[in-house]
Amino acid sequence: MYGGGYVPAGAEELKAPAENPELLAQFEERIARGEKIEPRDWMPAAYRKQLIRMIEQHAHSEIIGALPEGTWITRAPGFRRKLALMAKVQDEVGHAQLLYSAAETLGKSREDMLNDLINGKSKYSNVFNYPAETWADVAVIGFLIDAAAIVNQVANSKGSYGPYCRALERICYEESFHLKQGHSVFVWLATGTSMQREMLQSALNRWWEPIMHFFGPSDTMSQHTETLMRWKVKMASNDVMRQQFLNMYVPKIWELGLSLPDPALRKDESTGQWLFTEPNWDTFFQVINGNGPCNRERLAVRKVAEERGAWVRAALRRADARYATPLA
Amino acid sequence: MMPTSLPTHPLARYLLHLADDQLVMGHRNSEWTGLGPILEEDIAFSSIAQDQVGHSLAFYEILHQRYGLDNPDQTAFNRPENQMLSSWLVEQPIGDYAFSLVRHWCYDQAVALRYESLSQIQDPALHALATKLRGEVKYHTFHAHTWMKSLLHGSEESRLRMLSALKEVWPLALGLFESWPGETDLMEEVGTTGQGWYPGEQKLQMQWQARALESMASWGVDVEASGLQRMEPVLGGRQGYHSEYLAPLLEEMTAVFRLDPQAEW
Repeated sequence: MYGGGYVPAGAEELKAPAENPELLAQFEERIARGEKIEPRDWMPAAYRKQLIRMIEQHAHSEIIGALPEGTWITRAPGFRRKLALMAKVQDEVGHAQLLYSAAETLGKSREDMLNDLINGKSKYSNVFNYPAETWADVAVIGFLIDAAAIVNQVANSKGSYGPYCRALERICYEESFHLKQGHSVFVWLATGTSMQREMLQSALNRWWEPIMHFFGPSDTMSQHTETLMRWKVKMASNDVMRQQFLNMYVPKIWELGLSLPDPALRKDESTGQWLFTEPNWDTFFQVINGNGPCNRERLAVRKVAEERGAWVRAALRRADARYATPLA
Repeated sequence: MMPTSLPTHPLARYLLHLADDQLVMGHRNSEWTGLGPILEEDIAFSSIAQDQVGHSLAFYEILHQRYGLDNPDQTAFNRPENQMLSSWLVEQPIGDYAFSLVRHWCYDQAVALRYESLSQIQDPALHALATKLRGEVKYHTFHAHTWMKSLLHGSEESRLRMLSALKEVWPLALGLFESWPGETDLMEEVGTTGQGWYPGEQKLQMQWQARALESMASWGVDVEASGLQRMEPVLGGRQGYHSEYLAPLLEEMTAVFRLDPQAEW
């Protein structure tokens, strides 16, 4: 996981000082040629700001996303599932580490980013503000949320900022294993006892709206969006990614004899587009603004972890502390 | 099917206690996922936990194939508390990071010693397994040493926290070396060196303590003043008597599995 569901800044927030037109033209030409922008290269202030915001949100989503799944590590049924889930969630925390490093190349420290997460200044993917109530939620998250994230991340890995693209390439590679893990749990529940099947159907019903929200509302093609696409910060529209996701995964869910809680959901064979009931976007914005079922809990857990670990970080920061090498 | 009693074969009982310790320790260490003091430690504890649960699986597999215990899932996820042989040390909640780190340091050094001795067993499969697992535990002890040293040398606060955790963990760690029925029989088994491969709990404890105290002294801990050497062990685990923390841990660990123990998950 867990990128995607990116919450963009308003155009106002990204207003930057007028850039040197010559440098700006060179920068845009490089991107048009498909070159990657590296940390020491010149870049417009708005580009830097938008990327920090995006990578930071992605990193936060990884560590917050580890919480709902993490609570099931201690309850995973049997060795195979327990070991796989431990490895999976560990990967996610590893992704956060990679992403915070990528964002740091743009000039914001990990500590500042984590502080902004806790004080609510920066966001994370909305989808993690919902509870994981049963073991079947692990299946739905691992299979469908990871799948949605892959759609998003594969697109972003072709973006223009070198360190982010390289981090994403590695992340996508690991994600493909997560998808297999999620799919395996999903299929075993779908083809298991009636109790297991009901558990899965109920999780699917609960998660469908958050999944439909995942890619965000329809893009309005503002000048702002246009610039971000030209700079290859935003690589695909929310609608395009949502369609891709539906096209790949709805048939897989239906094949297993499961249903989705949207009677209007179907593919229009003449256009190739999926038709669906528009999810409630008021709910989406409510959750983004802190009123989802788990926003407070997630941030509170993160805050406690930060506070309880503060003495460890302080001890490591001491300038006069002796560096301890491993005893080889 | 649950085993109705503990294995009577000495080697089987010893392997079961190794397996139970690793399972419970791995379970506890995995509770740091998402909560570590820094991301790197989150990841490290998760790696160690995966190794430990993996090691327990390897031992349960041997117990299943050779000594008639149920398959690993049933043995681990469907066994009553009084048939668990884990020590009190591994059952304790994760506490703060100092407690978990000191426990990890004490515990993995003891495991390293056990694997060292087990790798001298004549049985080829167990010899190969112990040799492989030793290689993994080496990284656990590297990790624990590095952090113990850093935090004992870090700040006044970190040093005090570590010293206080050492006093809390020590009696529990001594309980790792509780004697158990069948111990003397196992000591008679001849290993690859022509002598017994299993030195017995008392000797293991002496080796462990010597190593631990030596490291502590090198980190500037006043071992004499700490009072560690006068502490009594916390016992019971190897006989199936457990702390108040094991039953809730097992309840949580088996919560989904028990919904239908015959179902495939």
